[in-house]
Amino acid sequence: MKSPDVMIALAGQPNCGKSTVFNALTGAHQHVANWPGVTVDRKSGWRIIGGRRVEVVDLPGTYALTSQSPEERVARDFLLSGRAALAVNVIDATRLRQGLTLTIQLLEMGVPLIVNLNMMDKAIHRDLTLFPGKLENLLGAPVVTTSMARRHGANDLLHTIEEQLQAPGTSPPLAVDYGEMEPFLRALEKQLLVESPGRSFIPLRWVAVRLIEGHADIRSLIQERFPGASEVFALAERNRLAFEAKTGLASVVHIALCRRQLAESIASACVESFNRNKLSTSERIDRIVCHRLAGPLILIAIIYLLYYLSIVQGYRLTEYTWPLLAQLRQAVEWVTPAPGFIEAPLVTGFFLWLTDSVNALLNYIPIFFILFALIAILEDTGYMPRMAFIMDRLLNRFGLHGQSVLPMVLGGIYVGGCAVPAVMACKGIPDERSRLATILTVPMLNCMAKVPLYILLVNAYFTAHKGMAMFFISSISLLIVLPVAKLLSLTVLKHRETAPFVMTLPDYHLPALRGVLGKALERVWLFLKKITTIVAAVAAVIFVLLQFPGPDEAQTARYEAQKQLMVADFNQAVYGTRYAGIAQSEDSLLDLILYGQAYRKSQMAAWSAAKRSEIDKRYEKKNALYFSIVRPGVDAGAQKVNRALRLVTRQRDSLLLDARRDRLESSFLGRLGKAMEPVTAWAGFDWRINVALLGALAAKESTVATLGAIYAPDENAGSLEERMAADDTGVTQLHAAALMIFMVFFPPCVAAAIAVKIQAGSVALMLLAIGVPAALGLGSAMLIFSGGKFLGMTGITALGAFYALALSLTILAGCIHPRGRMTRSKEENI
Amino acid sequence: MTLDQILPGGNCRILKITYADRLGVRLLTMGVYPGMILRVVRNAPLRDPMEIECEQIFLSLRRKEAQFIEVVPVS
Repeated sequence: MKSPDVMIALAGQPNCGKSTVFNALTGAHQHVANWPGVTVDRKSGWRIIGGRRVEVVDLPGTYALTSQSPEERVARDFLLSGRAALAVNVIDATRLRQGLTLTIQLLEMGVPLIVNLNMMDKAIHRDLTLFPGKLENLLGAPVVTTSMARRHGANDLLHTIEEQLQAPGTSPPLAVDYGEMEPFLRALEKQLLVESPGRSFIPLRWVAVRLIEGHADIRSLIQERFPGASEVFALAERNRLAFEAKTGLASVVHIALCRRQLAESIASACVESFNRNKLSTSERIDRIVCHRLAGPLILIAIIYLLYYLSIVQGYRLTEYTWPLLAQLRQAVEWVTPAPGFIEAPLVTGFFLWLTDSVNALLNYIPIFFILFALIAILEDTGYMPRMAFIMDRLLNRFGLHGQSVLPMVLGGIYVGGCAVPAVMACKGIPDERSRLATILTVPMLNCMAKVPLYILLVNAYFTAHKGMAMFFISSISLLIVLPVAKLLSLTVLKHRETAPFVMTLPDYHLPALRGVLGKALERVWLFLKKITTIVAAVAAVIFVLLQFPGPDEAQTARYEAQKQLMVADFNQAVYGTRYAGIAQSEDSLLDLILYGQAYRKSQMAAWSAAKRSEIDKRYEKKNALYFSIVRPGVDAGAQKVNRALRLVTRQRDSLLLDARRDRLESSFLGRLGKAMEPVTAWAGFDWRINVALLGALAAKESTVATLGAIYAPDENAGSLEERMAADDTGVTQLHAAALMIFMVFFPPCVAAAIAVKIQAGSVALMLLAIGVPAALGLGSAMLIFSGGKFLGMTGITALGAFYALALSLTILAGCIHPRGRMTRSKEENI
Repeated sequence: MTLDQILPGGNCRILKITYADRLGVRLLTMGVYPGMILRVVRNAPLRDPMEIECEQIFLSLRRKEAQFIEVVPVS
């Protein structure tokens, strides 16, 4: 990409309509990345303004620039870097007073500013009269009024940007009167001037104010620019203490108050309000949405709707998209080498395995798209903070946060979610302790990939208690997440920072289609980019572990002998018919077998007689001789050959399966599974289940496929459910119960683990997120299996007992109160 | 009296905010500071947190945090 001619920044408080301004400025030319080192989105876009390519960087929405949060730090550091030629400060015109506190800080930093009073339509609706001209004079920066949601004023804003880029204003940085602090500030400023290496574009006064506030994080920045920094720090600390001793006020509070007073006086000069007591629409809506009884009911209804539309209906949609993915698989099958009589080419196996693994995730795209779009609607309307408001009390008891609801819904609070977007959605939780507790526990909710195994086990072993088993599964994960979250927040996360739950409840907005679709597409794309590559890489590793070292010489010789025998048997059977010699060599026999299999497969897929006869014609045209065998009619010879063909086909299939099972058993993963057997036997898992579970680490949906491969005595012996339920596998209902519980706890898949690492910012926490569920899962499975066996329980009673245990633990965890959260902080008065 | 003792619908004036380091600064940046009149809008369905309104700004606050805000009721 060509480097931009010039860069501008977009700054503003949350809910000021900044993203609509950003969209209006940049149109479709947008790009999302991360700010270095933090998980804050860095959105940028560009537009040609006045013949120059202008890059617009959308800074995160913050109330202030006091570096309380990563967002504030990112915004401040970008503005200080001097890379932006100017900043556009978007202000919600209905909240001028509040918005100006940020504006004042921007002006103090000496950033060339354009003030954009947005949402003018709403201000008029609220009977507010604003005086932009006055504001312009008082701030010393150009003011542009817009109603971007209605697409009013974009051209004015572009015009002003162009003007300011050509001829920037020359007004000096705004000076806030800090009253009693002034002498202390001036002394510090003087010292800074002495130490200053030369002209700096950062106003010294701003540096002085920041230093006297006593924030440690500004120091490294100053150390870089001022050689004699330690002198300055010492003086700043002396002055801060002197000021606080003199006035009895914390300097940081005094500074905030002075800024606030200035904002107040500017705002009262620039806005006139009539009809103050008018009840706003948002308040009216909140009377219902946050109502004692209606509120929780609406919340449950919305969560259910979210689940129903995305998971249920989205799943239905995958029935249409799956054939596309199946075609992709077919294409891969077509370009890779065809299988031999008994040898399956490794390349083919590898690429098919890779395609299957990636397809398993790609299959979720329709679900994700709907889910992300609905979430975007909830976000844009302003319902999210209400959800947090209603749920906070409950979740806070378990060390979580009101804003943990969204990740929990995404992760699968009922049945079917995905840990990856869930973990990514934890970003917004301001309280570090609860955020980490949420990140570490949401992967234990019921993700979609766990569902196939549940369904398999329920259908095979709990046919009599289907409803109960499904209810158990869908609600148990929450009863596990809550106590575990509490446990983590009382132990590992005990010393993490917490933040006050001061959250704005913004006005409701009608969501814009463009914004919603844009957000949904963006998130789906991020998901694809981050996940598919990782999943493909891990799938490759698991493939190797499953395939190597491969069969030994004795096995190979045995397969070869069996093959020879089959070919000979077939030829003997057809001897004397007119088809004798049709398959002298194994290659020509293989040809015939594959032809027969392909024919039967397409016949089975056809649903009408017309279609079937059409297929007949096609195959007859392809090879009339083969066709007369697979569709023998009344010719006795042909019938005989047909029978021989069927027999040899079955024999080959079972030989292939034997070979596959041998390979699996002797593979690295198979050996590992066997090595683990002494331990996992307590949970009722034999090596075959171990292999399936180990393979599931890449993607859980592969569990069922692997089990299918292991428990497949014969392709024609019925469905996997029937095969597993058959007595000869030795798997009982209690085994199934233990396996189900283990699946509930199953450690996050690789994709989710990576997401945890990104969001928690630590490998140790990622390992914790894998280790805790693995240990708890194995422990619980052992408890179910060994305990259940000891007490002579059936699977369903064991599940019931476990459920009761989890429920009591949850209630117990909810009753534990950690000792005073705030006692550690020093008390100060304002 | 502290803010958590005000019932929904009640108005009060902020006298002082203790625990100034984080809660206080956060409230200040959001536009809530001593001397202002607050209205308690409602309690959450489980009584905690509470919603307050201050010059058209609506905020939620946990009761535990509201205990650190000293107020005097006004009619």
